Amino acid sequence: MTDQTQNPSVAAKPARATKTAAPSRGIFGLNAKDTTLLIIVAILTMLAPFILNPFPEGSDLAQFNAGYPDLMQRFVIFGIFAIGFNILFGLTGYLSFGHAAFLGVGSYAAIWMMKLLTLNVIPAIIMSIVFAGLFALFVGFISLRRSGIYFSILTLAFAQMSYALAYSVLTPITGGETGLQLKSTDSPLLSNLAPGEIGRANLFGIDMRTSYELAVGDWLFTFNAGYYIAALVMLIGFYVSIRIFRSPFGMMLRAVKSNQQRMNYTGLNSKPYTLAAFVISGMYAGLAGGLMVAMDTQVGPERMFWTASGEVVLMAILGGVGTLIGPVLGAGLIKYMENIISKINSTILHDWFAFLPDGLEDAVVFILYPFIGKGWHLTLGIVFMLVVIFLPGGLVEGGQRIARLFRRKKSDDAAKTPAE
Amino acid sequence: MGILEVKGVGKRFGGLQALGNVNLSVEENTVHAIIGPNGAGKSTLLNCLVGKLIPDTGSVMFDGQSVLGRKPHEINQMGISRVFQTPEIFGDLTVMENMLIPCFAKRDGAFRMHAFEQVFHEKELIEKAEQMLDDVNMLDKRNMHSASMSRGDKRRLEMAMCLVQEPKLLLLDEPTAGMARADTNNTIDLLKEIKQKRDITMCIIEHDMHVVFSLAERITVLAQGTPLVEDTPENIKGNPKVQEAYLGESQH
Repeated sequence: MTDQTQNPSVAAKPARATKTAAPSRGIFGLNAKDTTLLIIVAILTMLAPFILNPFPEGSDLAQFNAGYPDLMQRFVIFGIFAIGFNILFGLTGYLSFGHAAFLGVGSYAAIWMMKLLTLNVIPAIIMSIVFAGLFALFVGFISLRRSGIYFSILTLAFAQMSYALAYSVLTPITGGETGLQLKSTDSPLLSNLAPGEIGRANLFGIDMRTSYELAVGDWLFTFNAGYYIAALVMLIGFYVSIRIFRSPFGMMLRAVKSNQQRMNYTGLNSKPYTLAAFVISGMYAGLAGGLMVAMDTQVGPERMFWTASGEVVLMAILGGVGTLIGPVLGAGLIKYMENIISKINSTILHDWFAFLPDGLEDAVVFILYPFIGKGWHLTLGIVFMLVVIFLPGGLVEGGQRIARLFRRKKSDDAAKTPAE
Repeated sequence: MGILEVKGVGKRFGGLQALGNVNLSVEENTVHAIIGPNGAGKSTLLNCLVGKLIPDTGSVMFDGQSVLGRKPHEINQMGISRVFQTPEIFGDLTVMENMLIPCFAKRDGAFRMHAFEQVFHEKELIEKAEQMLDDVNMLDKRNMHSASMSRGDKRRLEMAMCLVQEPKLLLLDEPTAGMARADTNNTIDLLKEIKQKRDITMCIIEHDMHVVFSLAERITVLAQGTPLVEDTPENIKGNPKVQEAYLGESQH
C-alpha cells in the first residue's frame, strides 16, 4: 500500500535505470512495485468469496459476512467508479461533484442496448462507456472554464439537471420515477426470447446470476458469474489507471494540480489535459453504470442524485486521494458499512450485550442504537471525520503508518541483536 | 535587428499609464538588463512579453513573429522561458519530475495524450534532465520533494527547468530578490556559467545593481513607464539622468 504518488518512485526508477544496468522490471510494462500491487489486488478479488466470508453460517458473527454476490458486485463496481473519479480528483485536484450523472448516463445507455439489441452485456458496457464519455466531454468542456469551488458547483448543477431531466422531462427515454427494467415486451434484435419471457443479462450465454455454491464444513462460499465478470473488468480498469498514473500524461495531470501557472509558462496547455482526465474519469463512471445494469438489469433516476456523487467523493477521500489502491478500499469500506451496519437491529445488539447486567445492557444498546440500522450514516460520518482528522492520506496512509511501525520495530530488533 | 523588438508599447490600468511608449531592442546572445525604480513598469513590460498582459498599443516581435494575442504556452513554445520573482515550480512533484515536464513540453508540444507510455522508459529525456541537473549541481537532490527545498534551491531548479528547454530568450524577473549575498553571488556565477556554455539571450529585470553590473551588456533604464536611456553599463553608471531617476527624491 505504499503507492502514494508523492513518493519519488516515478523518478527513482529512471534515475536507477541510467545508473545501474536495468530498472527492476515487472510485467505488463509496469515496474516491479506496481506489478506486485496489481497481482495482490488480482488475488484478493479472485479469492473474495472466501475472504469476505470468514465466519461460519449460523454463528453470531455471520452477519458480518459480506461474501454474497450482490454485495461483492457492488464492491467492485463502486471500486471502478472510485478509480475513475480518482484519476480526475486525485491527479488534477479538480473536485467534481457530479460524477453520478455519468454513472446514470452509462446505466441508461446499457439498459437500452439490452432492450433493443442484445442481452449480451458487452455491447451494453461499450455503449455505456461511449455515451458517458460524450456526455463528460460536453459537461467537462463547460465546467472546466472555471476551477476550484466554481468548477465543483458547475458539475453539481449539471448532475442535478440530469437527475431532474431523467426524473420527469425525459420520461419516454428514462422511464421517469420508476426507471427502466427489462420487461416481457422487450424483444432485443439479436436475442431469441420466447414470447413473454423476460430477458436475463448474459455474457455469451453465461447468465450473470449464475452462482456456484461451495459448502465446506459450516462455511458456505458463493461464486457468482456476474461478480467475476465485474471483478475482471475492475482489474483491467485498475491496470489502466496504474498505467495512466505512471505515464507522462499522468505526470502532467499532477502538474495541473501542483502549479498551473508554471505549467502554462513551460509551454503546456493545461486545458486539454484536464479535459482528457475529466472524460476518462467520466468513462470509468459510465463503465460502472453499465456494469450495474449488467448485474441487476434495472436503472432509476436516483442513481444520478447528488448524494451518489457525494458518495464517490467520500470513497476517494476515505481510501486516500491520489493513491492507486485507496479509492478501491474506500469504496469497499463504505459499501460494507452500508450493507452490514444497516442490517444490525436492536435485537442483535441485545444479543451481543446479553452478558451485561440488565440495566447496563439497556444503556449500552440505547447508546449504540442510533449508530446502527438506518443510522449507519452516522457511523460513516464519524469514521469519515476520524480519517480526515487523523489520517489525511486516508486508509492508505493508515496502512503505511502501520507498515512503518513494523519496519521500525524490525530495524530496532536488528540493531539490538548484535549488542546482546 | 534584435531577437526581441518592442515598439511603442503602451499599457493603461484605469487612470494609471503603466507603460508609455516603450521601445526596446534585445540583441541576440546578449544579456540585457531592465532597471528602474519601483513602479517604473518593469514587471508590466515583462508580462506583456510573455502573454500575461496584452498591451493597448504597440508591437512585440520575437524572432520575426508577433507575440501579441498569443497564450503563455504558445509564447513559451516559440522559445521564451520565464523565471519568476518567487520561484514557480511544481511543489508536489520531485525535482526529477520537475525537470522532466519541460523536457516533455519541448519534445511533444503543448498537449499530447501519452497516457499509456511510461515515464521511466523515456531514457533520452531522463538523461537530458540529469545532465541539466548536474550543470546546476542538483543531481544529488533529484528524488527530493521539491517543495521541501530551500528557496535558493527552488530558484536554481526553476532556472534549470527553463534552461533544459534551450530557450532562445530567457526572461528573469528579479532572480535574486530576497536572497542573501552569498546566494546572490552564486546566482550571478550560475548565470555567467550558463552564458558561457550556450548561446542564449537573457533579459533581466533587477533591483540589485551589483547583479546588473556583473552580468549586463546592455541596460535599459525605465522610469514612469518610459525608457529613459539605453546604453552600456559603463555609460549608465555615469549618466546624470539615471542618477536623478533613482536618487532624485532623496537628493531634494
